[in-house]
This record gives sequence, structure tokens and C-alpha cells, in this order.
Amino acid sequence: MNPYVSLFAARFRALLQYRLAAVAGFGTQLFWGFLRVMIFTAFYRSTTKPPPISLPDMVSYLWLTQAFFALSLNYVDPDVRAMMRNGTVAYEMVRPLDLYSVWLSTALAARIAPTVLRAVPMLLVAWLLLGLRLPPGAGCALATAAGIACAFLLTAALSVVVTASLFHTVSGEGLARFMPVVVYIFSGILVPLPLLPGWMQSILDVLPFRGIADIPYRLYLGTVPASDVPLLLAHQLAWTIALVLLGKLMLRRSTRRLVVQGG
Amino acid sequence: MEYRASSLLLVSASFTATAVEFVAIWALFQRFGNLRGWTLPEVALFYGLVSCSFSAAQLTCSGFDDFSRMVREGLFDRLLLRPRSAAFQVACGEFPLIRTGRLVQGLAILLWSLWALHMRWTAGRIALLILIEMGGACIFAGLFIIQATMSFWTVETLEIMNTVTYGGTEVAQYPMTIFRPGFRLFFTFVIPLACVNVIPAGLLFGRAHAGVGTSPWCAAAPLAGPLFLLIALRLWRLGVRHYASTGS
Repeated sequence: MNPYVSLFAARFRALLQYRLAAVAGFGTQLFWGFLRVMIFTAFYRSTTKPPPISLPDMVSYLWLTQAFFALSLNYVDPDVRAMMRNGTVAYEMVRPLDLYSVWLSTALAARIAPTVLRAVPMLLVAWLLLGLRLPPGAGCALATAAGIACAFLLTAALSVVVTASLFHTVSGEGLARFMPVVVYIFSGILVPLPLLPGWMQSILDVLPFRGIADIPYRLYLGTVPASDVPLLLAHQLAWTIALVLLGKLMLRRSTRRLVVQGG
Repeated sequence: MEYRASSLLLVSASFTATAVEFVAIWALFQRFGNLRGWTLPEVALFYGLVSCSFSAAQLTCSGFDDFSRMVREGLFDRLLLRPRSAAFQVACGEFPLIRTGRLVQGLAILLWSLWALHMRWTAGRIALLILIEMGGACIFAGLFIIQATMSFWTVETLEIMNTVTYGGTEVAQYPMTIFRPGFRLFFTFVIPLACVNVIPAGLLFGRAHAGVGTSPWCAAAPLAGPLFLLIALRLWRLGVRHYASTGS
């Protein structure tokens, strides 16, 4: 088997072990979802101007953010972080594998496994009891599936860039701390992007972050015209490719002048 | 100072990470103008109050936050041998400097809201503000202690408790009248966060809102905080008596 595929599979199985944590996490996620639905509903009832997203769409959107929470998290793999701290990352580099591909496949697995665990029950419960609407057509569902797949690639590529940045700052983790907040705000998880002020919209449209939440969820709601679907998917893929290239470049540059810590 | 760019990023990142919730509130007010009749400075006051009392509790009770590790590693046995109360020792465990970011951020928003509200300062209002702050800190301290107490039985801290600690701050950032009745009842009578939120708020703002009274009795509501803390300490003592070391 392809070594990267088997790495991915091993990581995936390891993460599936934490089933109890997933149950506790599910309860927490339900609570936050409830809370957010109540807050947004209260805001919606405070105005007579029609907002850019209807209330039922808004409720669906909020449950989608809860269901796919693990997808959008931006963090550095704790194992890789520990390796960088104590210098064992040097062993990783001697292995006859491409370090970038190793990191990308583990980052992908670290997002797909918890998402599968959490998203399926959450979508089911939210659909049956909490007002999550289904995508309005088969085409929409298909576009959503493609959008989610691209979002996984995009978020994994971004997190490898953040990981590679750790080579430059041993104690810092500056970017690693900053990125989650940036992703949280600019991807549309905190507040759906159309609700943010008008002057921000043109910037938000260009940035890569909307591909992590905004694009797949709007594909789900079916509020984008069908002709725009390929464009949105291309937006995600283009940024994914750009981030992959950036990550590879950063890794190549830092491995060339790497100083390994510790004895 | 070797990593100047990085440490600068770090400081601003910890500040933004805690202020991110306020970004959401700000953005929603930009869009919707009001929240069921409440204005942005009024909601900011709720936000600032709860942020400050939460971080005050977090700074003084950090040991309880991390208590399950203490039990797992058997470190708690050592404390029991010393001639001071166990609760006092756990609370004084360490002072997490990095968490002061939240306090600074909460204070900034609190001061801004007081300025924007053009509050008329009377001795009564200042006393009430302090009382609310203390009451809130007591409630969160109580929650941290209850969370630690649970680890006497389960050893693993339940992630579920985050819904009432971190979730509680999220709830109390808003005037609680916007929530559903069942939710409100829970956060009034089980975890009395409403007593440091909307119940005394009418007196603070000096104007009646829908569902918010201005009876002088409301000023006594924050006392539910110390009461809650006392109950939590009672539970803690029960837990200590039940405690059997992990032996490792």
C-alpha cells in the first residue's frame, strides 16, 4: 500500500479510539448550538429589516458549524509539536518518506476522524429535532459533498503551513496561536460572513478562510446560484494548491538550515 | 527577547483570543442595531462584568481547574498532610500569568461601556457594581470547586462541566431575558448567574426593560453568589472525606 495512505489509515484508527471523549464533546456541542441559536434568534427578532440570510437558513447554518466543528479547527498536531521541541523531528527527516506528505496525511486524518464521529450524529439530531433543513436538491447535496472535501484539503494544507512555521520560532508558536482566531473570525464560524459589515465583504471574498466554512455551508443551503458553484470550488482548490506550495517551500527552506535541538 | 516578533504575536493573540466573542457581539449590533431593546453599551456592560468576575475566579482558583491531574498523579495526598485547609492550598497552587489577558480585556470593555452609558455615579450604584462583580466571581469559583470535586469520583474531569463554566460566561454576556424560559430557570435557580446579570441590572441602568424590575430588593440578588460558593465548599469537603488515593 502507498505509505501515505497507510499512515493516514493508522492515524484515523487511533483517533477513532476516543469514543468517550466524543460523547462528552457531543453534549457540549449541543449546548453551544442551542445557545447560539437562541442568541441569533433574539437578534433576528430585534429588527424589521430583512437580513441577508433568512432565519431558518441561519438556524441550519449554526447547526452545520456545530456538526463540522472539528473540520475547521486550526491547530498543530501535538505529536509533531513535541517532536520539534525535543529534536526527534530529525529522525522523521531521515525516513525515506517525503516529510510534507507525511504531515499532510496526518493532518487530514486528524480532521476527518473526529468530524465523522461528531458530524454524523449531530446532523441527524439537528435534522430530526432542531430545525436543520436538508439541502434543497440532489445537485446541492453533491456540491456540498465536494465543498466539504475541498474544505478538508484546505484546512489541512493551512495547518501544515502553520506547523512548518514552528521551525522558524522555537519558543514562539506565534502564528500557531494566532491562526485559530483568524480562522474562527474570517471563515464564518463565529458569525456567518454575510452578516459582517459590508466594507469587509470584498476582502473576505478573496481570503482563503471562507473556503473552510462559509463556502461549504452556503453550498448546503443552496443560496448560491448554480453557475457560481464551480467558481467557489475553484476558489477552495486554488488556495489549497497555493498553501501546499507554500508549505513545501517553507519545509524545504527550513530543513536545509535546520538546527536540531537537544542531544 | 530572542523571539521578538513571535512574542509580540503571542501577546496580541492571547488578547484577541479572549476578545473574539466581543467581535461577534459588535458585528451583530452593526447588522441588527439592537438586541430586543438592549443597546451595545448595555450588553457590553454585561460582557465586561462577567469577563472580569470569571477571570478573577480563574486567577484565584486555577488549582481547581487543573485538579484532576493532581488526583491522577497522587499529588493531592501531599496537601492533606499539611496543617492548612486543602481547599486553600489547592487554590493557591499557582498563578497563571497568561490568563491575565482575559482580565485586561474584560476591564477594558467594562470601562468603555460605563463611559458610553454616561452612568451617573451614586454610592449605591458603585456598591451594587462591586457586589455584582464579587457575586459573579463567587459563582465561578464555586463552579471550579464543583468541577474539581467531581474528579474525586471520576478521576477524569468531565468536559461537560465546560458548558457551565465557559458556557456560563457566554450565557451571562447577554441579558438573560433573551433566552428561553427553561434555560433561564436553570441559570437562575441551579446556577444563579441571572442574580448577577439581569436581576440587578434594572437598578444599575436606572431604567426598566422588558422583564427586568427595578425593585430595591433586586440589589440583594448578587448575594446568591457567596451562598453558591458555600454550598460548593460543602460538597468539596464531602469529596475530601470520600477521597481514596490513586496510590501511584
